[in-house]
Amino acid sequence: MSHPTVADLGASLRRGETSPAELAAASRSALESLASLNPVLRYTDELAERQAARAARTLAESPDTAGPLCGVPFAYKDVLCVEGVETTAGSRILQGYVPPYTGTALGRLLDAGAVPVAVTNCDEFAMGSSNENSAFGPVGNPWDPSRVPGGSSGGSAAVVAAGAVPFSLGTDTGGSIRQPASFCGVAGFKPTYGRVSRYGLIAFASSLDQIGPFARSVDDVAQVFTAIAGHDPRDSTSSPTAVEPVEEQLGRGVEGMRLGVPHEYLAEGLEPGVRTAVESALAELEKLGATLEEVSLPSTSAALSTYYIIAPAECSANLARMDGVRFGLHVDRPSLTDTYLATRGQGFGPEVKRRIMLGTYALSSGYYDAYYRKAQKVRTLIAEEFDRAFERVDALVCPTSPIVAFPKGARSDPLSMYLCDVLTLPVNLAGLPGISVPCGLSEGLAVGLQVIGPRFQDARVLRVAHAYEQATGWHAEQPPAPPAASAIPR
Amino acid sequence: MTTTSAVSTLEQVVERYEPVIGLEVHGQLLTASKMFCGCSADYIGSPPNSNTCPVCLGLPGVLPVINRVAVEYTVRTALALNCEIPEHSKFDRKNYFYPDLPKGYQISQWDMPFSRNGHLTFLVDGEEVRCGITRVHLEEDTGTLQHAGDILQQARSSVVDLNRAGVPLMEIVGEPDLRSSEQAREYLVRLRQILVYIGVNDGNLEQGSFRCDANISLRRRGETELGVKVEVKNMNSFRAVQRALDFEIVRQGRLLDQGETIAQETRGWVEAKGATISQRSKEYAHDYRYFPEPDLPPLHLGADFVERVRAGLPELPQQLVERLQREHGLSAYDAAIITAEREDARAFEALVAAGVPAKAAANWLMGEVARLSRESRTPLHRSGLGVDGLAALITLVEQGSINGSTAKDLLDELYLPGGDPAAVVRERGLAQVSDQAELERLVDAVIAENPAAVADFRGGKEQALQRLVGGVMKATRGRADARVVTGLLRERLVP
Amino acid sequence: MTLARDQVAHVAMLARLGLSDEELERYREQLDAILAHVDRLQRVDTSGVGETAQVGGLVNAWREDVRGECLPVEAALANAPKRRRDHFEVGAIQE
Repeated sequence: MSHPTVADLGASLRRGETSPAELAAASRSALESLASLNPVLRYTDELAERQAARAARTLAESPDTAGPLCGVPFAYKDVLCVEGVETTAGSRILQGYVPPYTGTALGRLLDAGAVPVAVTNCDEFAMGSSNENSAFGPVGNPWDPSRVPGGSSGGSAAVVAAGAVPFSLGTDTGGSIRQPASFCGVAGFKPTYGRVSRYGLIAFASSLDQIGPFARSVDDVAQVFTAIAGHDPRDSTSSPTAVEPVEEQLGRGVEGMRLGVPHEYLAEGLEPGVRTAVESALAELEKLGATLEEVSLPSTSAALSTYYIIAPAECSANLARMDGVRFGLHVDRPSLTDTYLATRGQGFGPEVKRRIMLGTYALSSGYYDAYYRKAQKVRTLIAEEFDRAFERVDALVCPTSPIVAFPKGARSDPLSMYLCDVLTLPVNLAGLPGISVPCGLSEGLAVGLQVIGPRFQDARVLRVAHAYEQATGWHAEQPPAPPAASAIPR
Repeated sequence: MTTTSAVSTLEQVVERYEPVIGLEVHGQLLTASKMFCGCSADYIGSPPNSNTCPVCLGLPGVLPVINRVAVEYTVRTALALNCEIPEHSKFDRKNYFYPDLPKGYQISQWDMPFSRNGHLTFLVDGEEVRCGITRVHLEEDTGTLQHAGDILQQARSSVVDLNRAGVPLMEIVGEPDLRSSEQAREYLVRLRQILVYIGVNDGNLEQGSFRCDANISLRRRGETELGVKVEVKNMNSFRAVQRALDFEIVRQGRLLDQGETIAQETRGWVEAKGATISQRSKEYAHDYRYFPEPDLPPLHLGADFVERVRAGLPELPQQLVERLQREHGLSAYDAAIITAEREDARAFEALVAAGVPAKAAANWLMGEVARLSRESRTPLHRSGLGVDGLAALITLVEQGSINGSTAKDLLDELYLPGGDPAAVVRERGLAQVSDQAELERLVDAVIAENPAAVADFRGGKEQALQRLVGGVMKATRGRADARVVTGLLRERLVP
Repeated sequence: MTLARDQVAHVAMLARLGLSDEELERYREQLDAILAHVDRLQRVDTSGVGETAQVGGLVNAWREDVRGECLPVEAALANAPKRRRDHFEVGAIQE
């Protein structure tokens, strides 16, 4: 396998075969060769240099304190704040914005000695399922550049799929890690809501957002998750419960586990190639000793509507701070009101404006009960249905996406784009952990298998995914004509 | 509809119409840090935008974290106002755009506030009045704006300072139970007193840590339906509140007399004009679109939390007034004055604890000390002399070591710089002459030296006695006890 | 359900989004279609069901009343598009 894992790179560093600076440089040049896919918005050279030097010192002077991520290069999504690094959320309205503080999750990676090399492209304010909503151009899928990588963390998925970095950070509000992972044939994990601090994450929907890793193996996903997870006093929604150690869970296999297959997730609307790949994956899990049983989540058909009330409602408030007064784009007008109108009218793209208006409408006087309040009730039903399913099974397995990566421009109708996330967004509504791992190809395009667990059973989800991955080896598949050079210098 | 004189007076208006007034008070809490971040809550005097952090600046990616003490102070206030504390409460987002509101929403409380259904009793002309308290809730303060030329309506630009943004702000909503501007004023005086007493607010109207808005409507006497409500803002003193409400009563009364309808609007009090001015503008109507704050888990305040806060509640003014009357025999009148400011009540109790008789303590505090405190703009607890020094001084008088006049002079002299009264008396020989033999000798001497005055006094002129007393005082350089001297003179002169 | 043009205009104003006439119409159509789909929520029986505002199940998350560090003034104002000395500047608040 020419795309090295975190463990491979860590071993190489410790054997003295390479250095953090060398790895960073190799990643950077690999990313540059991906320019036609447009996955990178900017490089973080100064930060990379500092971090690489720091990691080198740690590895040389106190290697016992160096964790598995020390000296390892990575990229992160343009919604995560780092002090001194331009962060724009893929939007014109934040062009030039430089945060004066570093968020917690990224801060923990920096403390672990990881080396950030680039900021990846994404849908504007994390709103989208194809990375076509970025103000800085769409991203191409490494498997077929004329197709989308998925979204909103399209850039983060693409750079890992192309082998330029061993891991990246993305965010998931309705599927924005899992769906691009599925489209790009890599592992992408959304932790339990509250497991990873949101401090420093430019908010889209506060009760749904989570930060999570992309990598080419579940093992690497687990390493990154362990480094970033855990309570943060700066995030009141982060859980004070201890993070269950993941490492020990990973190799235990699925023998004896009960896995549920949600009937509604395999009903209609799946592309035949997706259905075939997922059914094979389910059969594989049975071979490995798991018992599969059908469960029903009847409110699934209402989940999209629920999500597209709650998420826009929250984002309409979260994005109100983009007003041209303290930071970001400012379109000058004599009156304050006109400044607001022009700045926000010009600074936000169409999808963002749609969602702000949808959310404002759902919260507005006379509509609050029928929309927002109603959606919060259906959300309760959705969460309870998952709870009931988990009384009978240990985890759920199903497709991540009903379709494979589609051509750019193919889903210009907003609603058709929203339908991409039908199988992922219920998981966010219930705050559950969910991962997508590659489970096959359909006409040369990646298909993803989703594993969903009860709240705080992140380790269990990773365990099921790891067992499947190790038995089938789909994660070793690489895009057919990768423009990227390998990240390890020969 | 009768048309009465267009210049109805306040008295004439209130004969026909009943004012219905509800007050909304916002009080900044005396916490160390802001409501949702660690910046200081004590921002007065800080250079612009020097008391901010990513959270209170509302930068992308930040999150609020509740200040536990702010919650406690709010519950403490609610208990002092006899409110119920529901077990479940939460914060909500109140959404609107304004440059002093960094996030584009204020974190406040909408439908599940910390407390409800309380009441406040206070006195108006000796009569007890009770006003309902609808709710006490907690929110964050906004930043401050300065407008070019200082007049918002004409300013072409404004500047924003976010030092104050995020300071904990408690909102106390009163029921519309008030029926006059006097009642409104006394309600505010009592409310402010309570907030200062329980240590949650410093009661400073000028600096804006205690703010008041009013809602006022009029209805024909005897009617039960409410009239159109007008909101009145920008009243920066209790006097302004009273004047503004009286102005509104007259304004609305005259309009109603003429058959006009009252516009439901917000009006601002303009001190210089002695009038309220309509603040209607092209501003679009606010739809606050409240929804539960997703970044903050809800609160469960159980019985033990509430009881702990209740146990820590300091003595309230009314309780103190009753206790001072009971324990120290003060009159209701004196007790009310002594307790008007908590620091005065503390000083009184400290003096009594140091052995000063209650009546003397009250008299000194209400008299000389109040005057000095006013003139020097320095309250006793911040003066150089302090309560301890004052106690020592009064004790010297009570013991007869110095006379009242000497004590007053010493107080004047030592109040600001401080000092040890007993030491000063010793050093300067200011001790009162109290030796009976010495006094008798001086009295005899003055009688001998002032035959005219003696004759006048024996002839019926009381004033003449004072001249003789003055003579003894002069001979002792003011250190005799005037009452004793007067007594001795009378003895000698009246056969 | 048909979303009227003036409703969209009102919502856009509440959200301070300046839209051209053409945009107004385009969004009206798109939002109308989305709302038509979202309206299927009304068919779900939620009698007796409570609202989930947060999935975390947490309560009473708070901090002690302790002072922390402030940003230096320069850092606070570093991203200000319009600045007058140490203040943020805005245009005419009332027309």
